[in-house]
Amino acid sequence: MPTLVFDGIAYGMLLFILAVGLSVTLGLMNFINLAHGAFAMLGGYLTVAFTQRLGVPFVPAILLAFLATGLVGAVLERLLYRPMYQRSHLDQVLFSIGLVFMSVAATDWLVGSQQQNVHLPAWLQGRSEFGGGSLGMGHYRLFIIVVCALLVLGLQAILSKTRFGARLRASVDDARVAAGLGIDVNRVFSLTFAVGSGLAGLGGALGAEVLGLDPGFPLKFLVYFLIVVAVGGTSSVTGPLLAALLLGLADVGGKYFIPKLGAFIVYALIIALLLWRPNGLFSRGGSGR
Amino acid sequence: MLLATDRSRERLIVGFLFALAFVVPWLMPSRALFIAETAGVALFALSLDLVLGYAGIVSLGHAAFFGVGAYAAGLFARFVMPDPLTGLAVGIVVAALAGLVCSLTILRGSDLTRIMVTLAVSLLLYELANRFDAITGGADGLQGMSMGPLLGRFEFDLQGQVPATYALVVLFLALLLVRRVVRSPLGATLLAVRDNPLRAAAVGIPVASRLAFAYVFGAALAGAAGALVAQTSGFVSLEVFSIERSADVLLMLVIGGAGWVYGGVLGAVAFKVLNELIAGITPQYWTFWMGLFLLAIGLLGRERILRPWTLW
Repeated sequence: MPTLVFDGIAYGMLLFILAVGLSVTLGLMNFINLAHGAFAMLGGYLTVAFTQRLGVPFVPAILLAFLATGLVGAVLERLLYRPMYQRSHLDQVLFSIGLVFMSVAATDWLVGSQQQNVHLPAWLQGRSEFGGGSLGMGHYRLFIIVVCALLVLGLQAILSKTRFGARLRASVDDARVAAGLGIDVNRVFSLTFAVGSGLAGLGGALGAEVLGLDPGFPLKFLVYFLIVVAVGGTSSVTGPLLAALLLGLADVGGKYFIPKLGAFIVYALIIALLLWRPNGLFSRGGSGR
Repeated sequence: MLLATDRSRERLIVGFLFALAFVVPWLMPSRALFIAETAGVALFALSLDLVLGYAGIVSLGHAAFFGVGAYAAGLFARFVMPDPLTGLAVGIVVAALAGLVCSLTILRGSDLTRIMVTLAVSLLLYELANRFDAITGGADGLQGMSMGPLLGRFEFDLQGQVPATYALVVLFLALLLVRRVVRSPLGATLLAVRDNPLRAAAVGIPVASRLAFAYVFGAALAGAAGALVAQTSGFVSLEVFSIERSADVLLMLVIGGAGWVYGGVLGAVAFKVLNELIAGITPQYWTFWMGLFLLAIGLLGRERILRPWTLW
């Protein structure tokens, strides 16, 4: 049982890193970016390429994946995404789902449809047993939890303590008023989009081993990202974090206790949850974003 | 409001095109199955037009009702009786009931919530159909349905001429019905709700029941489309619930133009022809071109692709 909780927390932390960028960009520009998972997939494939083709060690490889995905995100934001902010949600959905399909087909064409494996270094393999075997902690999952927890603390600190964080919060609250006060909302957004994409890439790199990595990745996890954002709201770091942990625990628990129904439990739970609170569990004031 | 001359011209054009469609399966028998399938997906796109074009509900899981109709008709044909029209009615009723239940999920919340919930419903049904493989055939698909003769007289032929005519008749009737509804005062209130729910509520339109009506009506038609495709192809697979199918139908509707009765049908025809052409060249990477097309439509704006003449 403690092992389940542990795995659920690792899974939830991973989902948080994957989805946090989406929640910020959605809150900031009210832009529905269904292609967020494509950045995560890119991070995963880059890690595989770095470690296996170029022989880069694992930790530098995931850092490189973070930087490269962030860079790609920044370029795409400038070229493709920016004209889409003022458009209707339907246009945004068409645009971003088109991007997803292109990334899926292009990855299939470039790399092939087989599942990719990331070779973990020896110090991340294996597991430790505690409490007479009731709690088994995989070292890699422990690594994921530690990295993600540090990231959560770092993000929270940036958001609440730095000048940039203050600008970001102001822009999310009300972009027009923030712009009126002299905050360059477009630049805040570019930077946030790049960091959010980079974090998705980092999540994809870390998660390749746990979630599996094949060209269908952006579609398979699309609904999970949307759940984290829709349930967690877009106004804080803690909302998406709690939503992601909840989702991770529910998914791992549901698949363990009622394996026959698989992901059914999660979908049913989420639909019920959004019936009860359509604007998410952690949204402030129900602004209807 | 349409003028009388516009009406008669509209009747003439639509009548002519449908007459053409009815003749093709008999002149070119090799294209009959293609026409049957196109008529089915055209009905599917028409059903999404009600939900998206007229009620303004952005759905990424409309395939849920298509799939429910397809499985209902397929299972009915296999286990109860092979009569196609009864099977079609069963598909419609079951999908409408599913739509009624699901309409609760789309009444409140933002576009994001709706996108998520509709997607989750279709994935949930996918999981269900996959788990209960003893009944649905799971990943192998539902096989072994044999269709009885239409109206007790016309056998479904392998070439697909009878199925094509059957699908076209159903599509035509559905088109007339939808046109009747959306051009009635009821349809006008739907448009009011789509354009501004708050204002619609202020002038006394029951917003929630209008949204639910459009959703159930759309679900019923999507169920009819699913039943048609299942009956004419004799096969149902899990793919009917996939996100690709929901995105396909979205693309069809957007190609033809949403909120315009004929958009879904025209878009479906354009989509299927495009699919045949491109899949003939690069069969594997059709999704890439479809993605590019969606991206271009989103980026350039729907109006410029659909109605280039509005640029001037």
